[in-house]
Formats: sequence, structure tokens, C-alpha cells
Amino acid sequence: MIVVLIAVSALTFFFMKLIPGSPFDSEKNVEPAVREQLEAKYNLNDPEIIQYLKYMDDLLVPHITGKRIPPDTRGLVDDYLFNISIPGTDRVIRWMNFGPSYVSPARSVNDIFKAHLPISAQLGVAAFIVALVIGIPTGVASALRRNSWIDYFSMSIALIGVSVPAIVSGPILRYVFGVQLKWVPPTGWGTFEQMILPAIALGFGSSAILARLTRASLLQVLNEDYIRTARAKGVRERRVISLHALKNSMIPVFTVMGPMLAALVTGTFVVELIFGIPGLGRYFITSIGTRDYPVIMGTTLLWGFFLVVANLVVDILYGVLDPRIVY
Amino acid sequence: MAIKSNNEKSKIASLDADGLPPSKSLWRDSFERLLRNRLAVVGFIVIVLNILMAIFAPILAPYDYADQSLLKTNSAPHWVIDLFPTMTARGEEGGYVKVVDSEEFFLGTDPLGRDLLSRIIWGARVSLAVALVGPIFATAIGLTMGLIAGYYGGFTDNIIMRVVDVVYAFPTLLIIILMMAYFRSAAFAGPEAEGTIQGFLYQADRSIGGMLFIFIGIGITSWLGLARLTRGQVLSVRENEYILAARAQGATNLQIITKHILPNIVGPLIVAETLAIPGYIRAEAFLSFIGLGVSPPTASWGQMISDGSQYIGSFPHQAIFPALALFLIMFAFNFLGDGLRDAFDPRLRGVD
Repeated sequence: MIVVLIAVSALTFFFMKLIPGSPFDSEKNVEPAVREQLEAKYNLNDPEIIQYLKYMDDLLVPHITGKRIPPDTRGLVDDYLFNISIPGTDRVIRWMNFGPSYVSPARSVNDIFKAHLPISAQLGVAAFIVALVIGIPTGVASALRRNSWIDYFSMSIALIGVSVPAIVSGPILRYVFGVQLKWVPPTGWGTFEQMILPAIALGFGSSAILARLTRASLLQVLNEDYIRTARAKGVRERRVISLHALKNSMIPVFTVMGPMLAALVTGTFVVELIFGIPGLGRYFITSIGTRDYPVIMGTTLLWGFFLVVANLVVDILYGVLDPRIVY
Repeated sequence: MAIKSNNEKSKIASLDADGLPPSKSLWRDSFERLLRNRLAVVGFIVIVLNILMAIFAPILAPYDYADQSLLKTNSAPHWVIDLFPTMTARGEEGGYVKVVDSEEFFLGTDPLGRDLLSRIIWGARVSLAVALVGPIFATAIGLTMGLIAGYYGGFTDNIIMRVVDVVYAFPTLLIIILMMAYFRSAAFAGPEAEGTIQGFLYQADRSIGGMLFIFIGIGITSWLGLARLTRGQVLSVRENEYILAARAQGATNLQIITKHILPNIVGPLIVAETLAIPGYIRAEAFLSFIGLGVSPPTASWGQMISDGSQYIGSFPHQAIFPALALFLIMFAFNFLGDGLRDAFDPRLRGVD
């Protein structure tokens, strides 16, 4: 897991550096002297491996400083994500400095995270809830009423859902419910009404996948011997379903949840652009264009971290759900 | 149930002299099952129509994808305006949409005065090219790697699968985004880099409308899943007796792999790749959507949706029509993939 994260960071860093040009040469015409100074200020003249090590040092190694951090040689104030005072002294342990943004020097990458990440996170979580709340009950209902109209109807909808990416459903939802029917505001962010459409646009596809998977898995479990045993010894049907069948059928469903969360997180790019949401995804895309290295780097690492943690949680839940799995 | 009893009847009817049904090859049997699946056939027809549309785009499309009619920007014919109640034609009170003849611009025009219908037809080229290139990469690299890893096992297997595991753990789209950003700006430095590899890539990319880098980006990530699946399938058939028999007869490793293993595992691989195609199409649309895809003026559905959704309040047709086109092709591939899966392995019906 840590190996993966370090590999992600190294790959991102060197790929990013391969992108020709520097953050300071794009559209504006910067005097060569000024540019040299700027590059020196951000250590861009060092060999790349040194730049990488410095970055990782700022990020991962805890630094102990006084109450106030003096501006360093670069004339920048370091901004750390975690600042823990040591009781009884005036020293502070500081950890996780993602560095300054090159493009807007007044803000550190941490500032940008604090401003934009909660929005993306809310959106991702809302979409995940939409996926769970729609997907799993639909799948269960279809499996229990197999070959009934409920089954056919919801599985047809699910087949549509699998084929509709946020790129397609976003504009359509925004037009129909935002522009034409005016039930909810078509753009923006902040109120509950404004969250509904983006969350559905993002979560609908995932809910379809979950519904199909839940149905298939539950049908398979219902054929198992232990279900027959439970029924044979007179356990009530409700209890057979809820205790024996549902719990076991959730195991494959959990496997897809890790990758699904990943898809939802990266999916926020599209939805944020369509609905004009000031989230991190939109900021990330802008920062690639402006070669704002620390922002690109920080965002990629952050996402990599989320994904790895999500997969870990899934692995742990496995063990809880299925005691046969031992590590 | 009805299908099954029909099936039984036809089998009985066609018993041959020995009292046995004429034997059908696995492929023929699967193909017949596929033909009975109406949705899959519909999907197949939609795909074929799309392919024809892409190939004959220069003939079918009324205009070139880059043709502009500067006097008729943001226009729409009457039927489109009637379709979207929020649009009002110029001349009515508060109307703002320029009305054009539906014979001139069937779906209307975009902000640059380009014909939407023509651009949707041309856009099929990009989507279908990706739908073709993704599986080619996946097969060329993934199938080979999977076969080698599964058949030889041991050290080779370990190396290949660890590489796959590590690459798999990366957020795929982030890799593609970073790579696209690199390729794009590398291409930007192109004209000066005449004669270098960079210059060559730039020229090649330009000549196919900026699709080359999308191909590379999708190709690099598309083979992982297939490599894993192939390896698993090989492992499951490798120990069968017919493999042993073939080896006893003196078949070489290459013969065993191509003649005995491959035909037995190819069904699930075809199904998996067909179901992966919507993912490739979506990746291209996504990249074009965020501005890292094809270079203008090449028409791509993702880019059209992206451009159109900025003006969706005033000109919804500019985003909705390409969105429907994208939806239709993804739908078709999903139908076909589902149908193929049911055809190759009826036990898996309805299972993901």
C-alpha cells in the first residue's frame, strides 16, 4: 500500500516534470531575469531528484518548529496541514506541507484543498449514498421477485443506467429539471437543492451496477445449501433472507465498492464542469493547463491515498462479512 | 420458458438417422443463441450502422465538420425549437434562436455556425476508432502477457502479474490525464522540433485530428484487465487432460497455446472485451470533455457535449443531441456484450 503511494508520487512527479515548459513561461511574457529568480525561489533549478526528495521531505517528515514559522530562504511561509503543539513547550510538530501554488502564490496547496476539497467530497459522498440507496434495494427486490414485472422493469432501467455516463446524464438532467421544469437550480453549489442533480448524475450509473450485482449475487446465494438448511429447520422466510442470504450476498457487492468510490471521485471532474461546481476536480483540470506543479502533485497524491484507503477498508470489511477469509 | 420448449421441439424435429440431433459446433450453437437475443441483435445493428456512418461520413454528412456558416450561428430548425420548450424562435416575443430550414441544417448549428448533424456523423469516427483501438491494444499486449504468465507460471508469471498489480493500483484516469497533459504540451512544442521523435509524433497526431495520443493513453491502460482474465482462464484449462494428450503427442508450447488453450478460453475474453468497449468510448468522451482529447476542429461527441453544456440554458440542442449519440453507441455495445455472454455461457445469464 505504501509502496503504491510512493510509486504514484514518483510517477506523477516525473511525468509532470516531463511536461515541457515552466509555470512561468506560458501566456505572460516574463523577463528572463525575473523568471530565473522565480525558478530559483521555487527550487526549480535543482536536479529533479533533489526537487522530488525535498518535496517528499516537506510532505512526509514531521518538522518541529517554534510557534511561528519564520519565512524560509525562498521568502515563503510554509503551511502545514497538521500542527500539533507539544504541551509544556513552545514547540509545534508540523506535518504535511504540500507547498505553495505557483500560479496563485498567496495560497498554499493546503489552502486550495481546504477551499475546494470539501465540496468534491460532499458531492462524491452524496453520489455514493444515491448509488447505495437506489442500487441495493432495487437489486434485492428484483432477486426476491425474480421474473416479475418489478424485476424486468428495474433491470431494464439498470441496463440503461450502466450505459449512461455522467457526461450524458449531466446535461440532460440539468436541462430537464434545472432549465425547463425549474424544480431545482441548474447550477451552483451550497444548498441542498443544488446538490440533488449532480449527485444523481454522478450516482445513477453506479446504482445501476450495484443493482445488477446485488441481484445476481443474491440469486446465487439463495441457491446455496445453507439457505435450504435454514428453511428446512423452520427459520422464518424473513429471517432467512435478512440474516442468512443478504449478509452473504453483500460480499461481491463490497468488492466493487472500492473501485466504485474511485470512479465517483474521478467522475466529479465531469459533474463539476457541467454543473459549475467549484470543487477540486475543476481546479485540478485548470492546474494542468497552467502547470501548477504542486497542485497537480498534491491532488494526485490525495486521490491515490483515498483510493488505497478505500480498498483497504473493503479488505477489512471482507473479513467481517466472511469469516472464512483469513489474512 | 417458451424459448426453451421451442428449442426442444426443434431439436426433436431435426433428429437424424441415428436418432441423434445433428451435432453443432460450439461456435454455431453460440451464434444461434445470440441471434435469438433480440436486444443483442438490435445492439449489433446499431453498431454496424454507426460503423457505416463513420466510414462514409464524407458522403453522408451534408457539410464538413469544420465548415462554418457565420451568419447562422446558434440556429435551430422549427422542429428542434418545438422539441425544447425553453427555446423560442426569433420573431416571437423574447425569441432569440435563429430559425433555419431543417433541410439546410437538420439539427441546427453550434456557436461557430457548424452543422450539428454533420459533426455528430463525423464524431462517430473518433468514438469508433477508440472502440477499435482499445481492444487491439488490449489483445496485443494483454492477451500475450496473460497467456505467457498463465502458461509458463513461476518466475515469469510473478514478474508480469506484479507489474499488472502495481499499474492496476493507480487511478487509471489520473494516469491518462497526466499523460495527455504531457503529450498535449509535447505536441505544442511540435513545429520547432522538426525531425525529432517529438516532431514526428506531433505530425502523426495532427494528421489524424489529435486522436493518436488518446489511442496511446487508452492503450497503455486497457490491457491490464484482459491480462488478468486471460491468465486466470489459462490456469483453469492448463491442467486439463487434452493438454496433456497434446503434449504427449509432441506438440510444441506454441502449438498448445494457439491450438488447444486459446480456442477454449476465447469466449469469455470476447465477452469481456465487448463489455469493456463502452469504457474506452467513455474515456475518450471524458478526455475530450475536459479539453485533453481531440484537437479542434475535429468533432468528438465528448467535446460537443462539453461545449454545448455551457449554453444548455439557451441552446440545449447543442449538448443533448451528441449526448444521445454517445448514449446510443454505449447502449449498443452493452447490449451486444450481454448477449454474447448469454450466448457463450447460458449459465451466466443475468450475472455480472
